[in-house]
Amino acid sequence: MIPFLALVRKDLRLFFNDRRAVVVGVLVPIVLASFFGYLFGGQGGNAETSKVAVLVIDQDGSDISRSLITQLAGEKSLDVKPSTLDAAREAVRKGKATAAIVIPKDFGRDAGRALFTGASETGASKPELGLLYDPSHNVELGMVKGILSGAVMQAVSKEMFTGKSGREVVDESLARVENDTQLPAEDRKALRDLLGGVRELNERRDRESASGPAELSGGLTMPYETREQAITSGEDVKYNGYAHSFGGMAVQFILFMGLDVGIALLMLRQSGLWQRFRAAPLSRTMLLGSRTVSASLMAGFILLVLFSFARVVFGVRILGSFAGFVGVCVAFSLMTAAFGLMVAALGETVEATRGYSIMATLIMVMLGGAWVPTFIFPKWLRRLTVIVPTRWAMDGLDGMTWRGLGFSSALAPIAVLLLFTLLFGVVAVMRFRWRTE
Amino acid sequence: MLEVNGLTKSYGKLVAVTGVSFRADHGETIGLLGPNGAGKTTIVSIIAGLLSPDSGEVLIEGKQVRSDTDPVKLKIGLVPQDMALYDQLTARDNLTFFAALYSLAGAKAKQAIDDALHLVALSDRAGDKVKTFSGGMKRRLNLAAALLHDPQILLLDEPTVGVDPQSRNAIFENLETLKKRGKTLIYTTHYMEEAERLCDRIVIIDHGRMIANDTLQGLHKLLPVTNVLAIELDHADGFNPEQMLALAEVKSTELEQGTLRVGVHDLSRGAPVVLRWLAENGHSYHHVSSEQPNLETVFLTLTGRSLRDSK
Repeated sequence: MIPFLALVRKDLRLFFNDRRAVVVGVLVPIVLASFFGYLFGGQGGNAETSKVAVLVIDQDGSDISRSLITQLAGEKSLDVKPSTLDAAREAVRKGKATAAIVIPKDFGRDAGRALFTGASETGASKPELGLLYDPSHNVELGMVKGILSGAVMQAVSKEMFTGKSGREVVDESLARVENDTQLPAEDRKALRDLLGGVRELNERRDRESASGPAELSGGLTMPYETREQAITSGEDVKYNGYAHSFGGMAVQFILFMGLDVGIALLMLRQSGLWQRFRAAPLSRTMLLGSRTVSASLMAGFILLVLFSFARVVFGVRILGSFAGFVGVCVAFSLMTAAFGLMVAALGETVEATRGYSIMATLIMVMLGGAWVPTFIFPKWLRRLTVIVPTRWAMDGLDGMTWRGLGFSSALAPIAVLLLFTLLFGVVAVMRFRWRTE
Repeated sequence: MLEVNGLTKSYGKLVAVTGVSFRADHGETIGLLGPNGAGKTTIVSIIAGLLSPDSGEVLIEGKQVRSDTDPVKLKIGLVPQDMALYDQLTARDNLTFFAALYSLAGAKAKQAIDDALHLVALSDRAGDKVKTFSGGMKRRLNLAAALLHDPQILLLDEPTVGVDPQSRNAIFENLETLKKRGKTLIYTTHYMEEAERLCDRIVIIDHGRMIANDTLQGLHKLLPVTNVLAIELDHADGFNPEQMLALAEVKSTELEQGTLRVGVHDLSRGAPVVLRWLAENGHSYHHVSSEQPNLETVFLTLTGRSLRDSK
């Protein structure tokens, strides 16, 4: 037991003596996790999210275009500013604006006609709204298009049913229906009734307006409202984006720490120290086992510091099972230690091993969802991530922190992480070259 | 104490060691002498249990090392050629750690550490980090780390590599003290002076083969001459040294930069004959000294190559 404890204590002393390792292992993940946590919602999800910058070029100048711009400007998720076509194109190209909406001349008139007849006066099927966009912002583009659709429908229909230009369009459309000899009689009657009804509605509103009624409003609007509710660990518990970001950064930097342990072991094999270890009456189990324990303790230390910091500064709480959280942390720490030993066992040269293992680590971190949530991955890739241990670590940490799940939800991540520990450990023991050939 | 019988070790097609056998008795110092790459470190590694031989055996007090944790290992202390210390730790912390590898703790460990530090004259630097030590001090601490469990056999793999003459002398004094304490030392080197100074027996290794195993005196007997008379002539111009070979006591002659070197087997009989011959033939001289051939000469004689330049 004396040699085993000495080996573990020595590893820990060397780790804490190496300021670079401590800085990289603790401070850097804290900084990065704080940054990512702020970006992904911050505390309680109330942090002001950045609005999507949208420029609008109004070449029409109609009531409909003005109404459309007013409605867009009222959207809380958009930052709408007027612009010219050239300026807007340059702004989008430089990434200063996500999208630019070009409202062409006569859009209001043609859109009104297209609402009733499906064709504009110029013969084109429908008037076109230009949409210039930054291709690196596809997600925001979808949101802009959705908002734009609703705003256009409301602005156009409002003007058509209640506005001055809408009455002209109704009159023109009625005349066209009457003069269209090829139109079937039943269709003509139906359109006459529809357009006549709209005209009658407008005339009645004009009379009411003259006798002093409230200002007209309306148009077609979305027939529903949404009530948003974040599902977290409890009704009064708000989502804390720092919980995920600290978990992600902890996973990433602990894996790098495990990598360092492996590389250090590889370097140790090439040094006189290894000869001294091998000359001493120490078993292989003791040499590798002590490394496993010391690396796990280092990983545990990093997790402790990171989540303590997140708790104190950002209010991250373990809302689920504390035992489950500890279990996931221990299982992940062991898995990391075994990963480091496997790196040492499979590595040939330090330089080559460092390159390969950094690549493997980054892939594991990326696929595990430590950087970005896995839900944005394609379906096949999401399925693939179940073979990546970091995915289970992230699921376990998320589950025990902000999701507030019970211990039973930690069992699967713990079991899988321990299986990976076993797998990596077996490979390490089988492939480790003990002899200093 | 230590028996090495017919060791053979190959790395692929490269034969590192073949058929090496020797023994070291209690308190004896054996020098493994040979050029770099001769196979000395491989032999030491096999004795220490770091490598398995392809054939042959190593017996320590009649027992082979059977496993990683075999207690027989406690009888061996290894001083690796590469520095085996943690620079970030103090000298005492290093020794405490290495003592623990042999299950030494508490007062017993402290006593062993104090003794080892005293031996290598580093007691006053015990609390300093190793990274502040000179190369010579590190070498001495490297030696101290192998002594903590009081091994009977000390394997020293070129323990003076890269140190200044003063530090080398200090290490030698440490080793001579250990020798006086009855330790068995196995000392690898490619410095003949070291082997000559320290070793009771010298095993000469070249290309993995043992080409000699004898005492220093015994090795000298392998040479055609055992002594050389160095005579500085007053007038060397026109002197033909080969004419002296007619004398029965003279085995070799060489004239270089006014100094005549005459090889003889027996100095007490040869020197008067040589000096008389010079006087009778009118060759005056102003200085005479005798030189003993060294291991360099022995290696050259046995292999036909220089020890330092051998590849």
